[in-house]
Amino acid sequence: MKVGVIDYGVGNLGSVIRALEELRVSPILINRAIDLHIADCLILPGVGNFSDCIQILDSNDWSSALRDEVIGYERPLLGVCLGMQLLASASMEGVDGNQQEGISGLGFIPGKVVHLRSLGCTQRVPHVGWNSIKSCNSDHLFRNIPDGTDFYFVHSYAFVPEDSKNLLATTEYDVQVSAAVRSGHVWGTQFHPEKSSRAGFQLLRNFIDGEGC
Amino acid sequence: MTLATRIIPCLDVDAGRVVKGVKFVDIRDAGDPVEIARRYDQQGADEITFLDITASSDERETMVHVVEQVASEVFIPLTVGGGIRKLEDIRRMLNAGADKVGINTAAVFTPEFVGYAADKFGSQCIVVAIDAKKVSVESEEDRWEIFTHGGRKPTGLDAIEWAVKMEGLGAGEILLTSMDRDGTKEGFDIGLTRNISEAVNIPVIASGGVGNLDHLVQGVLEGKADAVLAASIFHFGEYTVVQAKKQMQAQGIEVRL
Repeated sequence: MKVGVIDYGVGNLGSVIRALEELRVSPILINRAIDLHIADCLILPGVGNFSDCIQILDSNDWSSALRDEVIGYERPLLGVCLGMQLLASASMEGVDGNQQEGISGLGFIPGKVVHLRSLGCTQRVPHVGWNSIKSCNSDHLFRNIPDGTDFYFVHSYAFVPEDSKNLLATTEYDVQVSAAVRSGHVWGTQFHPEKSSRAGFQLLRNFIDGEGC
Repeated sequence: MTLATRIIPCLDVDAGRVVKGVKFVDIRDAGDPVEIARRYDQQGADEITFLDITASSDERETMVHVVEQVASEVFIPLTVGGGIRKLEDIRRMLNAGADKVGINTAAVFTPEFVGYAADKFGSQCIVVAIDAKKVSVESEEDRWEIFTHGGRKPTGLDAIEWAVKMEGLGAGEILLTSMDRDGTKEGFDIGLTRNISEAVNIPVIASGGVGNLDHLVQGVLEGKADAVLAASIFHFGEYTVVQAKKQMQAQGIEVRL
């Protein structure tokens, strides 16, 4: 079993790598789009802002290679935090109010990324800290993770899937916020499993042990 | 169910060792940072903050190694402050495994630095650390000022206005330390904490003065802090993080247990 961590040049991947090592899997850092096929399953991290990340993915063949591998060859993918938001059709991050369309994402899971304020959240933004999740569609990603388990979140934008069947779990932060999404063999978590201690390990284990990976 | 109030043990690190001083003098050795961080993780700490108080710049490299070691063993968020002056310093700490950096003096001298840092790395990893001291006398309305150099140099900047300005520039959180209370074990400066918490719309971490578990509760219920930071009560084994959380829960505060 080879778990590929996609290293497209944004941020530190050390925690994801180390968390996988704790689970006794040997992660491979994938820093060229043409190497994506080496892995049995893929993790897409992301930090910073949506438009920078998608620009890097688009300009270095990552986007088309990911489309081939993930959609074409059905290689399982887990997007984490901004990596989850990149799976959406579009994001409003960095877009001025007059533009309705937003910036295009990878489009693996239909939906839009919007600011917490535009969801009606009146709490402090960013949403920082440990918040409990509630599952809405049962999935092996949350095997042995009961409702009410806390995960570590840090974000200002949130994924709103077009179809609620793609929503696996939510968290409450004044408003309902997507915590995990899925479409086929593409998963995403808004929280950071690699920073969520034991609960995070269980989730990564579930992803790796899931069918097809 | 709601967002849990965070308990953040803070480790002051000098040349690779955890130390704790009273009002930034009289430093006592409290042990190995990796060992202590691991212990707090096991006790259920929500985050860990490191403050690099190393005076000489050639020992800054030591801190990078400390962060690398801790990040490879502890799977909760890590914040590193102290000596963060350039974008390069931020990059180095994030690459070493920190999730957030605390910017203090550099923000005072070059406020735009906070904006550049937030644009470059995202607000979620930029914590502005504010060291404030009360400057009003008793007959006056309460007023706090920003101090630098471990509380020795006044800047003339009003703490509340400063916090609002930092939020506007892109700070993701405020780490608020009362220099009057730091190391005294007399409890947080509740007036300061509450005034800043009510003035900004980003999370505020209260710091400085925790001597017992009731102080943590006061910081949240009266000070309106989103997270509470403490050092010595945990380092010297007076209380565990679990005890702190149970005390807070008993007072109706949502915690992660």
